[in-house]
Amino acid sequence: MRLLEFQAKELFREYGINLLPSRASKTIEEAKTYAKELGYPFVIKIQVPVGGRGKAGGIQKCQNDDELELKYPQILGLTIKGEKARAILLEKMADIKKELYLSMFLNRSKRCYTIIASPEGGVEIESVKNQIIKEVGLGNVSDEIAREVAKEMKLEGKLADDFADILKKLAKLTVEKEAELAEINPLAIMQDGSLMALDGKFVTDDNSNFRHDELQKYQEKTEIEERAEKSGFSLVELDGDIAVVGNGAGLVMSTLDMLSDNGGKPACFLDVGGGATTESVYEALTLISKMSRVKGILVNLYGGIVKTTVVAEAFLKAYEDNLINLPVFSRLKGTESEKAKEMLKNSRTKIYDSIEDAINAAVLGIKK
Amino acid sequence: MTDIFKLLKGNPEDSDYKKKGVIVQGITGAYGSLHAKNMISYGTNIVAGVTPGKGGQKFEGKVPIYNTVKEAVDVTGAKISIVFVPAKFFLDAAKDALEAGIKLLVAIPEHVPVRDTMEALELATQKGAVIIGPNTPGIMIPELIKIGIMPPTPFKAGRIVVLSKSGTLLYEICDALTNAGFGQSITIGVGGDPINGTRMIDAFEMVKDIPDLEGLVIIGEIGGDSEEVLAQRIIDIGFKKPTVAYIAGRAAPKEKRMGHAGAIVMGTYGSAESKVSMFNRANIPVAKRPSQVPVLLAGKMQKSD
Repeated sequence: MRLLEFQAKELFREYGINLLPSRASKTIEEAKTYAKELGYPFVIKIQVPVGGRGKAGGIQKCQNDDELELKYPQILGLTIKGEKARAILLEKMADIKKELYLSMFLNRSKRCYTIIASPEGGVEIESVKNQIIKEVGLGNVSDEIAREVAKEMKLEGKLADDFADILKKLAKLTVEKEAELAEINPLAIMQDGSLMALDGKFVTDDNSNFRHDELQKYQEKTEIEERAEKSGFSLVELDGDIAVVGNGAGLVMSTLDMLSDNGGKPACFLDVGGGATTESVYEALTLISKMSRVKGILVNLYGGIVKTTVVAEAFLKAYEDNLINLPVFSRLKGTESEKAKEMLKNSRTKIYDSIEDAINAAVLGIKK
Repeated sequence: MTDIFKLLKGNPEDSDYKKKGVIVQGITGAYGSLHAKNMISYGTNIVAGVTPGKGGQKFEGKVPIYNTVKEAVDVTGAKISIVFVPAKFFLDAAKDALEAGIKLLVAIPEHVPVRDTMEALELATQKGAVIIGPNTPGIMIPELIKIGIMPPTPFKAGRIVVLSKSGTLLYEICDALTNAGFGQSITIGVGGDPINGTRMIDAFEMVKDIPDLEGLVIIGEIGGDSEEVLAQRIIDIGFKKPTVAYIAGRAAPKEKRMGHAGAIVMGTYGSAESKVSMFNRANIPVAKRPSQVPVLLAGKMQKSD
């Protein structure tokens, strides 16, 4: 799960990492109350779980009530990379001397936690040449390591002490919450010489959710996503019109790619997992029936031992129950496929021998 | 370097050559028992099951069940184990196995927390053991031994090595390979998690020197950089066997997890473009769809003739 900036900052605050005064709001009325509390000037920042907010105009300065009333609704109405505003953060303006970068992340190829620090902050770290990289095993950062990084950052005196302190706190937070990434960018040196986290990015390992009840308040799920999770499905909603269903993440991704190559637009990625049964396919169709943009369904099931007749039953039942009235284009690898084809002969579900054929038919069928 | 064939088959002078014993952890669960049966019917020598609290019973009236891996190892001497326990119990099961002297641990569960995988790996390194997975379909030498959950029909004995992050794509592509006359010498599922017990590059090191190896198929997907690291290694050592890759997830949106915990593009890290361009640099063609893999492989073989 990727936390929003203000949620990441809640965790930073809890772990004693210095922050500017800020308040998260959902309405202009709330914002006006907080404005009195904070005092002008401050910045308002859109809260979305994606990067590139500044470029998209999602971060603005406010000097007075008039500016707030003008800019707040503008930002609240923005959609950035398909993501709508979850909240607007009001944050006190700051006098910055210099911006640094600091993060700790799960290094997949080295299979350990890794610190990245840089004296150049405030920009995307990929574009920064001057990076200090330190592998730290399971994530325990000793005083010695923290000081070493501060030294390599060429920080001295109190600034070096403060930096080492923040690094240790960030490491503790990363390990205790089982994060894949904890990033402070920028970590600012203020005019008064203090260090402050001006932005925060925090991504946790969903598979460790069962150990972190305290993080569940940050979980946001639509009804469809919740139902998918309950059934053990993986679902990613997309903005096209052909729903893509299959078993196995790799196979569904592959189907999405082939559909896109042929000019089709996927409406969702839906992996029903493991084997396919009448019940699981029926539930998948139920979820798809709730997505209004869908005009057709593409099904790609590879079951070495799955009986395709079992899957055909789910389609028939879905039509019978008036659950769906959409065309289904399917490729079902498994036993009894001739019988399944016979069963579906007069329905709106067609079975094709190859996924390529099913995709061609789907793209043509939807255009009509 | 781990000699994976020796681990799986043993030495020709062994009395149990090609019939090495395998322990199934979680053998009494629905999933574990189903696949234990399937493995037995494939010919895998399942010598014991482990389910805490069910020691003394027998699985299918034949396979003895023990409370701990240690007891199972003491009696059977097995060095291989396959784990089917729920994800949250994986770390305990892995510790039990590794402490008992298991040298090859095949970790089937999906949704194991990354931290638990890292801890299990640390212990495996100390003990000189190999973990395949988690979130893997397993490992197999077709027509000899299957330690995993793969259906048997797509696979045929042969001389192509297949390494895959995905389960269903492994089946799909091996099916296409088999139909085109390319049997497989070994297939290794590295798994779809962010942290793999055996990475693509580790799996490659295990198989690159097989004497009668005729070709290599790499089935990757978005997320991480294990395909890039492998392509670089192939360039560095001048590996010349015909090699073909497939990458799933070209059309996936950024910063969304596509089913597998590891299948996520962060910025440019983990993107399909990055992987495809590295394979191109290594002179490895990348198939656009699974059915193209055998075609490209045949093309590569003709060129190398």
